[in-house]
Amino acid sequence: MANIIEPTIFELSSPGRRGVKMPASDVPVTALPPKDLLRSELPLPELAEVDVVRHYMKLSKFNYSVDDGFYPLGSCTMKYNPKINEDTCRLPGFLFTHPLQPIETVQGNLALMFEMQEWLKEISGFAGVTLQPAAGAHGEFTGVLMMAAYHKLRGDTKRTKMLIPDAAHGTNPASVGMLGMQVVTIPSDDRGNVDLEKLKAACDDTVVGMMLTNPNTLGMFDENIEKVVNMVKDCGGLMYGDGANLNALLGIVRPGDLGFDVMHFNLHKTFSVPHGGGGPGSGPVGVSQRLVDFLPSPLIGIVEEGDADTAPLYGFVSPKNTIGRMKAFHGHFGGGLVRSYTYIAMHGPDGLKDISQYAVLNANYLQARLRDTYHIPYDRICMHEFVMEGRFEGSDIRALDISKRLMDYNFHPPTNYFPLIVSEALMIEPTETENKDTLDRFADALIKIAEEAKTQPELLHNAPSTTQFGRMDEVKAARELVLCCWLPENYEQMT
Amino acid sequence: MTYIPISPAERDAMLKTVGVKSLDDLFDAIPKKHRFPELNLPAALTEMEAAAHLSEMASSNENVREHLISFLGAGAYHHYVPSVVDHMLRRGEFYTAYTPYQPEISQGTLQAIFEYQSLMTNLTGMEVSNASHYDGATATAEAVNLAYAQYRGKRKKIVMSPTVNPQYREVIRTYSQGMGLEEAGDDPTQTEVTPEAMIAHIDESTMLVVVQYPDFFGRIFDYTKLINAAHEKGALVCVVANPTALLMLKTPGDMGADIVVGEAQPFGIPLWYGGPYLGFFTTKKSYVHKMAGRLIGETVDSRGNRSYVLTLTAREQHIKRERATSNICTNQGLLALGCSVYMSVLGKQGLQEVANLCYQKAHYAAAELSKIDGFGLCHTEPFFHEFVLCCSKPASEVNQYLLDNGILGGYDLGKDYPDMQNHLLVCVTEMNSKDEIDTLVEILKEM
Amino acid sequence: MTTPSNLKYTKSDEWFDPATGAVGITDYAQGQLSDIVFIEILVDEGEEVTVGKAIASVESVKASSEIYAPAAGKVSAVNKALTEKPETLNSDPYGEAWMIKIEGGAAGEVMDAAGYEKYCEGRAH
Repeated sequence: MANIIEPTIFELSSPGRRGVKMPASDVPVTALPPKDLLRSELPLPELAEVDVVRHYMKLSKFNYSVDDGFYPLGSCTMKYNPKINEDTCRLPGFLFTHPLQPIETVQGNLALMFEMQEWLKEISGFAGVTLQPAAGAHGEFTGVLMMAAYHKLRGDTKRTKMLIPDAAHGTNPASVGMLGMQVVTIPSDDRGNVDLEKLKAACDDTVVGMMLTNPNTLGMFDENIEKVVNMVKDCGGLMYGDGANLNALLGIVRPGDLGFDVMHFNLHKTFSVPHGGGGPGSGPVGVSQRLVDFLPSPLIGIVEEGDADTAPLYGFVSPKNTIGRMKAFHGHFGGGLVRSYTYIAMHGPDGLKDISQYAVLNANYLQARLRDTYHIPYDRICMHEFVMEGRFEGSDIRALDISKRLMDYNFHPPTNYFPLIVSEALMIEPTETENKDTLDRFADALIKIAEEAKTQPELLHNAPSTTQFGRMDEVKAARELVLCCWLPENYEQMT
Repeated sequence: MTYIPISPAERDAMLKTVGVKSLDDLFDAIPKKHRFPELNLPAALTEMEAAAHLSEMASSNENVREHLISFLGAGAYHHYVPSVVDHMLRRGEFYTAYTPYQPEISQGTLQAIFEYQSLMTNLTGMEVSNASHYDGATATAEAVNLAYAQYRGKRKKIVMSPTVNPQYREVIRTYSQGMGLEEAGDDPTQTEVTPEAMIAHIDESTMLVVVQYPDFFGRIFDYTKLINAAHEKGALVCVVANPTALLMLKTPGDMGADIVVGEAQPFGIPLWYGGPYLGFFTTKKSYVHKMAGRLIGETVDSRGNRSYVLTLTAREQHIKRERATSNICTNQGLLALGCSVYMSVLGKQGLQEVANLCYQKAHYAAAELSKIDGFGLCHTEPFFHEFVLCCSKPASEVNQYLLDNGILGGYDLGKDYPDMQNHLLVCVTEMNSKDEIDTLVEILKEM
Repeated sequence: MTTPSNLKYTKSDEWFDPATGAVGITDYAQGQLSDIVFIEILVDEGEEVTVGKAIASVESVKASSEIYAPAAGKVSAVNKALTEKPETLNSDPYGEAWMIKIEGGAAGEVMDAAGYEKYCEGRAH
């Protein structure tokens, strides 16, 4: 039997125990529906409030978070999440408004969303923005749907190929796969840019477009970006920008100005929506003029112009050739848009530029400090992140071992084994919200670990050793597939 | 510089280490003519100013706690959220953590989601739950993706009841644009449609049947016969279920459903003007490899401790890329936690009380409303906490009159069903007191 | 790494038995994938396949791979038992873990055992 550090909420249950009670009914009794429509039992836990609080408090202490320390997870932008956002998004006026209320009763919400659309357009240089997508991948799917709809409306039906660089996030090909298009992989050159020769060879009249992350997942801004965009456009394709790495570009360059047609924003990366242990995110999408008519429906618009004395009336509008609805209601309003709105309002144009400048400074500083110890395959000025190899000549130490050992130094590891084009990749994104001391301590730890790899490799192989849990048996999890638990009294019948 | 903890002296030292003179020198790779655009945005606010500004925006709304009595549901529900829920969600350890890719230092998130999966399977009567989807609508669209992948595109017909939430049906259409699906059953003029009527549409090319429970009009049907008929033709059945109703009603799992999805917002998540919410997705173990989304499994660590990891990750987009069932990578982690805390702190009995209050109050309201001249119940089937009220006037007029009297009326069904211009979908929950219901009745009597 | 001499091999790491028509993945491939937890066979008995058609999809703890037909012809048998025990792909790739049998078809571009071994050596980094 395994040791149990914290029982599950089901194991903590005791029949008859009560938590929060509901008031008694104040209306005359109605008979329940016929018995054959009722469930026979409700096998859910029974606990007191204090049991619940202590359980989740205990669980929270098993987590490492940005509030605990440095979290340099590449391409995830684990920046500090300002506490004020937690208060503004919980204002009663936001919390207790129903998504189907008449627009006259929710002008505050609609004004916030309208302004957010305008701000994101200004930041990115796009002509239109939808706030509906729930996350980056959802925004990406939205973008690819619009690209397909654009060609379809023009009768350009032979376009079925999407060009995707080899360094791309897996969501890019997966989004394309959901539409039945073919992926054509474009390699990177030795400076980490798109290989122009290979791109040229792939560009023809069957191309839907290209999905490019820029800066790419190596942390490199493509030095030939204008050539890349022109090549794709010259063959009639559309240019998709993966906004995962927008934290490098605020006030630095606008993707719309570079000729991109679509881009999703990750509000949970760039604009400080907390990651929440894996969500919810928020993934608005911006588009150039030629795609504005294809945006999802509805958008937020002005339905009655205002004047000097009256504010305009905000409401919903539907684009002419809309791809349709991406989710129920209007997007991740409360937990997403309100937090990001607060964040942008508190930064203004200069503050946004500071974010990107310092994010890039921090990444370059770490890169400079680690250059002599770790091999950096694409070594030039990086943007907000960089990739180094987690391996050493003549050693069996791998990126995974280095990552696990970092936990013993109380750091969250970088992203490992991504991008796929670097072997034993360690992808490091410090963000702008870390001070020099933290970066120095992190660099020192990595330098020390490189030394340990030579002198005491078992420290790395056995890491982490100071954490509450050790390495997991992932094979057992996948082979035995225990995916849920039950109340103790139900175990026998369920297993 | 609001949240940047670097002093000018430190900045200069760092620039020197990097080997550049100024911050601007870090951006030489960017085409010069587009470098450093002037952004036309409002000047920065301080925290104090931002707090005041946002307060003002929020208070320009009329909300259902302070200003309006609400009888509006139709996919988003006003329920009581115990205090404990938000206290737990405000733990930075939970809300500022990333996806639990490093299980040694993410057991809090992992165990919490494992428990969420368990709560959902026990609620729906299913075998497997994933770690959640964006919302009920997208979870339903992912059911279509599962069925499509299960039949490897060899079956392309989907049978959908017109009494599935109209927005969910729209989202399914958006999602499936590239699949070339054939559709049957979704005729919004059929407002009396029964499960039996759906059976006629099912044939050997059908991959999936989608129904809602209770349906969009609030009606409760036992779908067992429909499900058996679908299985005879080899089709899968997805039931879109309301979780509060499931606390009382026979589970879709007991009816034989293959997939049970829905919107778990009623379980501890605020209305929040429509999001973020929590789409739950449960299925049978045999479909787990075709299911999209994250999944947590139990294992042991190197020290023999029971622990949890993300499992079957090779199904997902970051490995399977264009061959993945879906491109989804996030789940609604924090809200799944909120849902678990809600279910735990109310517990079995508290949850049963919530369901019973919804049922009792909705039936009281329905009985009283149908006594008013010019109003009546549209359907005779059993219902849970929503029902269709037929009015002698257009629903939009009724709602406007109610709003003028401080009441958020029901959902105007004429927006989605052309023959239901005079029909309101009314929702009553534990938040509505008898006084509020009586007020609604009095105002409508006066109208 | 074992490489039975009676089999033919593809660059995408399938093996093909010209005598029986059986198809599977090589020892090298199972080692690269590591612990295999799922296999789905994508073709049915009686179906015609062409060289290079995806016939199966394999998922391990950390990777996923499509398996392609090394020969053209008619699928004469499908190893249904394998889907219940995907771990045999690791333990017995050339034996119990055959995936399908292709009847009467011509093999595509294949190598003999020596050629394949050399090819694998060339890929070690």
